Amino acid sequence: MFVKRFLRKTTLALSLLSVMSAAQAAEGDKPEEITLGITTFLSGPASVFGVPGRDAAELYLEELNADGGIHGVPVRPIFIDEGKGASGMLSDYRRVVQEENADLMMAAISSGNCKALGPVAEDLKVVNIMWDCGTEKALEGLNYKYVVRSQANAVTEMVASVLYLLKVHPDFKTIAVVNQDYAWGHDSWEIFSTVLKQMKPDVEVVAEFFPKFGAPDYSSEISRLQALNPDVVFSSSWGGDLDTFTTQAAQRGLFRNSKFFLALAESSLERLGSRLPEGVLVGARGDHYFLHPEYVNDPKHSDFVSKYVEKTGSQPIYPVYHMVQAMEAMVDAYDKAISENEGNWPNKEQLAEALHGLTFRGLTSEVTIRPEDGQGLEDQLFGVTTSSDEYDFRILKDIMIVPADLVTTPAGESTPEWLTTLNADLLDEVDFYGEGNGDTQ
Amino acid sequence: MGVDTLLLALIDGVSYAGLLFLVALGLTFIFGVVRVLNVAHGSLYAFGGYSAASMGIWFAQGAGSITLSILALILGAGIVGVILGYGLMLLLHRFRDRDPIIQLLVTFGAFMVLEDVQVMIWGTQPYFVSDVMFQMGDTSLLGVVFMNYQLWFIPSVALGVYVLLRWFLKHSLKGRQIIAVTHDREVATALGVNAGRIASFTFIIGASLGALGGALASPTTSLVPGVGADMIVLSFAVVATAGLGQISGALIVALMIGIARSLSVYFLPQFEVVMPYLIMMAVLLIRPQGLFTVAEARRI
Repeated sequence: MFVKRFLRKTTLALSLLSVMSAAQAAEGDKPEEITLGITTFLSGPASVFGVPGRDAAELYLEELNADGGIHGVPVRPIFIDEGKGASGMLSDYRRVVQEENADLMMAAISSGNCKALGPVAEDLKVVNIMWDCGTEKALEGLNYKYVVRSQANAVTEMVASVLYLLKVHPDFKTIAVVNQDYAWGHDSWEIFSTVLKQMKPDVEVVAEFFPKFGAPDYSSEISRLQALNPDVVFSSSWGGDLDTFTTQAAQRGLFRNSKFFLALAESSLERLGSRLPEGVLVGARGDHYFLHPEYVNDPKHSDFVSKYVEKTGSQPIYPVYHMVQAMEAMVDAYDKAISENEGNWPNKEQLAEALHGLTFRGLTSEVTIRPEDGQGLEDQLFGVTTSSDEYDFRILKDIMIVPADLVTTPAGESTPEWLTTLNADLLDEVDFYGEGNGDTQ
Repeated sequence: MGVDTLLLALIDGVSYAGLLFLVALGLTFIFGVVRVLNVAHGSLYAFGGYSAASMGIWFAQGAGSITLSILALILGAGIVGVILGYGLMLLLHRFRDRDPIIQLLVTFGAFMVLEDVQVMIWGTQPYFVSDVMFQMGDTSLLGVVFMNYQLWFIPSVALGVYVLLRWFLKHSLKGRQIIAVTHDREVATALGVNAGRIASFTFIIGASLGALGGALASPTTSLVPGVGADMIVLSFAVVATAGLGQISGALIVALMIGIARSLSVYFLPQFEVVMPYLIMMAVLLIRPQGLFTVAEARRI
């Protein structure tokens, strides 16, 4: 009896001791802070996205740190300006990782920077979440260990764009494109036009314009488009270029004759105000929009939107949502890695492993980071501009949300080959959200 | 290639050339007298645009008055031209006897600083104040709608400024003094011309022209960070092709580049972006001093 009691007490004591020492070990491994390097455009034309992204990061981290950080560890951001070009950005990137001992990096916006930093992050063995990278080439076929993406890529965005166009405005014969003359402008049109020809072989491309990035004037393009009179004008331009082109086209009545599809115009709705006509097809580069029909009243979403508006005076646009997605991916990955590591603070390899296969929620719908290649699967939202009594700018109606897995190159496959397998049957698998009917003719 | 198409391309080209000429004119005018290639001229363009847009928002937006809208453009350009132009001139004055490369680097440094100042004042979101475009209405030519502001107003202002400047240089005392200083600073000084004051005056006129270009562009385009860099590169192409310091040459080359760019949009869209530089390259290969610069004897 005595021996039994003694053994039970000893076992209990030893168990308690081991739990305490494990907890102490985890506590002891915890860093004083998590150093987070974030690259974003703080200068140059792309700062129209970069600065809202930074504002979102600051807002998110203020709240996170006020709530105790990640498992009690505060996050300290260091911002790097992508506006100085790829070599300057990479030099700062290395400095932040090596001299500031960054635990995690979030980079980048520019496709060129994204492609360049992947190998650097792998070389430095630093976990990198690509928070706003467009090009699919940043990850495809590369099998990175430390690099993942927390949002969609250009393939997802452009294939979904074709589906929306054909769903909402199917009866057109001719199309013209006006895209910026750089990688995104050419690559996005390449994907879009390839898929469009697969799904609607009778469509004729009557003009392809790639004006200079930052072009101050589109008069010649608009005159030519008026003369050609295409049924559809497509543009994946953004920022000041999109605003200039849209305003000049609207002033000269181009919207009266052609249906416009502006794949990134969600980010310009507020700025363009009533200069953007009604009936324009608009893409959002993801499943997000400040009046998202499913999440407009969701507390997490609406709270953040209110605070963002209070901080900046503007409604959040897609880079804001993408930044929050990256932040949520970071927090959830730490949770997962700590849990998988029996409560101990994870090392970089464990954190990278936790990000692969992670499903998390930003401000709107869930995003999954594919375990095979680290690609984010993010649904795509589209809508048609309409006027509103509540806002002095256009909002969206006839919203469609295209599921990501339907329009993203499967893991391990090559995009150019996969695109050739797509056909119009895919249209049967998407539909308008709620009561939308696409009656925009 | 129909006549209608050519005519449309010509109209678009002339409109674009008008704006390009105004900015290039300021750049080449300053070089002609002060002998400094002012990279910060791009900042004058950007500040002129932002300033005009701010003036427009302040007192012209929604008022429905063309006069007020035009006044906003002129005031915006004038304030920037005088204040910023004077500031830049004072800065360059400190380096006036230094190597031209140093002067070029100083203006480049000023340009970088001003780019950040611009972001500090106006932020990163695009500005667009286009009331005057609507107020001036549109015109339909050959079935294509053109905005009167771009079709008539900008080319007319550019031509007016050119004629006025030519008249001023030939028929006013100050203008003749500018020509004298341009021709030979030492002799002009020996004859009693205050070359320093003339240089300052010229710098402010040139700076105001750059700002005017930005102000006139502001109703047609989005003002964003980096807008000055784009325009200064193109203006350099015009000035280098025409020959540094050539006013009439800048007008002709601006027209050449504007029309060639417009034609390329119609017939060879893939060449649109490189067209100004192809013209510059072709000209400089044949005439390295520029199309309109007369070869000079080297001073020893």
